[in-house]
Amino acid sequence: MRNRLASSAAAAAALAFLMLIVSLPAQAEVRIQQVRSPGGITAWLVEDYTVPIVALRFAFAGGVSQDPPGKEGIVNLMTGLFDEGAGDLDSDAFQTRLDDAGAEMSFRASRDNVYGSMRMLADQRNEALELMRLAVTAPRFDQAPIDRIRSQIAAGIRAQERDPEVEAGRRWLAALYGDHPYARPDEGTAQSLAAITADDLRVLHKALFAREQLEVAVVGAIDAKSLGAELDRLFGALPEKPALRPVPDIAPKLAQRIDYEYALPQTRLRLAYPGVARNDPEFFPAVLMNHILGDGTFTSRLFREVREKRGLTYGISSSLVNYEHANALVIGTSTRAGKGGETLGIIQDVVKGMAEDGPTEAELADAKKYLIGAYAINNLNSSGSIASTLVELQLDELGADYIDRRADYINAVTLDQARAAARRLLGAEPAIMRFGPAEAEEKEGN
Amino acid sequence: MSLAAQPVRHLATALLLLLLSLAPAFAEAPRPQERVENFLLGNGMEVVVIPDHRAPIVTHMVWYKVGSADEPPGKSGIAHFFEHLMFKGTTNHKPGEFDAAVAEIGGDQNAFTSYDYTAYFQTVAPDALGGMMGLEADRMRNLTLTDDVIATERDVVLEERRSRIEGDPQSLLSEEVQATLFQNHPYRVPVIGWMHEMEQLNREDAVAFYDRYYTPNNAVLVVAGDVDAATVKRLAEETYGKVARGPDLPPRLRPIEPEQNTSRTVTMADPRVTIPGFAKYWLAPSYRTAEPGEAEAMDLLSEILGGGTRSRLYQQLIVKSDLAAGTGAFYDGTALDETSFVVHGSPRGPDGLAKLEAAVDAEIVRIQRDGVSADELDRAKNRLVRSMIFARDNPAGMANMYGAALTTGNTVEDVQQWPARIEAVTAEQVKAAALKYLKPDQSVTAYLLPAAGTSN
Repeated sequence: MRNRLASSAAAAAALAFLMLIVSLPAQAEVRIQQVRSPGGITAWLVEDYTVPIVALRFAFAGGVSQDPPGKEGIVNLMTGLFDEGAGDLDSDAFQTRLDDAGAEMSFRASRDNVYGSMRMLADQRNEALELMRLAVTAPRFDQAPIDRIRSQIAAGIRAQERDPEVEAGRRWLAALYGDHPYARPDEGTAQSLAAITADDLRVLHKALFAREQLEVAVVGAIDAKSLGAELDRLFGALPEKPALRPVPDIAPKLAQRIDYEYALPQTRLRLAYPGVARNDPEFFPAVLMNHILGDGTFTSRLFREVREKRGLTYGISSSLVNYEHANALVIGTSTRAGKGGETLGIIQDVVKGMAEDGPTEAELADAKKYLIGAYAINNLNSSGSIASTLVELQLDELGADYIDRRADYINAVTLDQARAAARRLLGAEPAIMRFGPAEAEEKEGN
Repeated sequence: MSLAAQPVRHLATALLLLLLSLAPAFAEAPRPQERVENFLLGNGMEVVVIPDHRAPIVTHMVWYKVGSADEPPGKSGIAHFFEHLMFKGTTNHKPGEFDAAVAEIGGDQNAFTSYDYTAYFQTVAPDALGGMMGLEADRMRNLTLTDDVIATERDVVLEERRSRIEGDPQSLLSEEVQATLFQNHPYRVPVIGWMHEMEQLNREDAVAFYDRYYTPNNAVLVVAGDVDAATVKRLAEETYGKVARGPDLPPRLRPIEPEQNTSRTVTMADPRVTIPGFAKYWLAPSYRTAEPGEAEAMDLLSEILGGGTRSRLYQQLIVKSDLAAGTGAFYDGTALDETSFVVHGSPRGPDGLAKLEAAVDAEIVRIQRDGVSADELDRAKNRLVRSMIFARDNPAGMANMYGAALTTGNTVEDVQQWPARIEAVTAEQVKAAALKYLKPDQSVTAYLLPAAGTSN
């Protein structure tokens, strides 16, 4: 290899060329139109005809945390039933027409929202959206599909009964959130699923699917006027206001230790620290600090110390978790048996260093450049991802000009603010979960 | 860096199903996308440019025509391990400099290894493309590898194996199935490597692998996004074009499978399992090895038999009976050599596995005996063909599609003509493919079962 290097003119050429790198941040050229339908339903639209498709995304307030006690899993079950019959069409007829229309429809629930999406060919938009209208406004909830989807979900629950990873996740959520809805499994339990009736689903649908807390985004081959009419068609028949169950805010319980022994080849570690709300003035200082700590894929402090220098793990990261009613900063990794204690010690040293001294000026400057440039790459890389991003911006009440303002928010963060965020989040005693082989069984790794 | 040791082959197939079409039938958009351009540099490096100007983003990928199936015997995992080492710095750039250069502009970079290829990519703003090409061209030949770096990174890939495989019964079983289905071909060896061989990989192995395979004439550059072919050509000539052509590599001829005349079973029981499952595998031709139209027929067979909620398996075993909680079929045609066709299922409770397997077998026999209807064939074709229109929405996905095709013995034209070839498949061809390849006495069946004594 050395010989090749010595004679390589390419090396010099490549080096010279590098000097020409211009580090202009990608400027998102996404032009957002705010559309208001004749019936008063609003949506954000990005009109684009490059590819003859239309991507529709929307969200209703109220996710799986809306499950009534004793009926856990009902919101998740409901999201499996929208393509199982609507209006006059039974499950088979509905799915046949959807297939004929060349459209893909999906629904899912997060903790705080129910999301719907459709990807359709522009020339079959009329039929595709007609089916979406039926699904959204007139789902049938026929008994046969309910029983079928329910039994598939129940089989999934049963299949995971002895899966230690699932059990670890359950224990982690229970420790952090206690009896708050956020601790419950999204899919419910065999018992709670069995208790759900078609009428329960109809009541739930009526309570959640309403116009007032609905956010819509559309990207692709459709103009604002046409979209206005489509919005009324899709959502106009829904009730105005949802009937949401109140969900309390909760601070995850920190300063605790959870140990779950299971004979596995690796020890998994999770740490939870306080988080910061999306509308907190310290949100961006925290985002930048977290990026430096453990969110920069190959450049973060945790990556460098735990993986790059010591080879203790394949993956380590920290992330800010933002739910409607809870926030946290969470660190996760896994390492071979026998190295759990050492790895935890290194993580805690890195955290302590960040809490006490904060990031350096250079790290902060680099993190700013990354976060500004990364936005388009991570959020605007396809019609679907643009539409998803626009729905999230609306859910977070950030405004249609947010994409233009975001860089200013990031650039305005001072080193003192980033240090303060580090102290505030990382100065706390974390919740720590250790999951894996017993300490006594640990041997020096092979 | 790395990712996708094992799953990438599956990913690649999903992408092939989403193959892009620029066929005139779909060029009805007001602003049609520019043509895909394809050319060679003077040193033999192939270039594919896929312009898409909707967002100021460009995906830059270099695909090497080498994967785990090209590894020397006893050195399993070297292709993937070496992929990790490509991030360790060069004579011109210290370790971490490349990552920092990407991070500084908010870019994204990573790499993945499969049986037939290894790919490196960055997603960045268009004005950074030249810089990325410079760095990528630099590490094609100028990598520095110290024993220290090797030892630490080997620990990382060993952790990766523990994370991906060792702690997961399903993954362990898949490895064993692959080693049973392929009796002679190196697809029997896992991409990430066998633990005991990975532990022994060293600097000498890495340097030998690098010198043999990392040359411009063994690489394909794929650039997709907000860029035009002329710009890519100029930048590529200024960077990759300066790298000396390497020795010509011999044709990629791996040991091929002997005639197989047995049905085999591989069984794993594990206390973590509560509901059993099975999967049945057959050897099947890939797009490169198949007779004309056969691989296309296999794609349609897979779609009709088990491609989703409208498939026969789903409708018969989940909707019209309650035999299965999950079931489907899968065909992986994006491979240099003979590949596999798979059906799988799991019942809704601890019992019923044998009945479910018999029902899945019966659906296969039904196609072998009665064929498929014109209506279901048309619908399956429509689904495959329209998925390519949707695929055009994601430039990075399209880059993956072309890269995987070109490193497994296919051409840009093959990719572009795929929809027309799918349209041309007859019901008789689908039936013939099922008869020829899904023979019960030449299969491998995998069972994942609850451990004895842990019944419910």
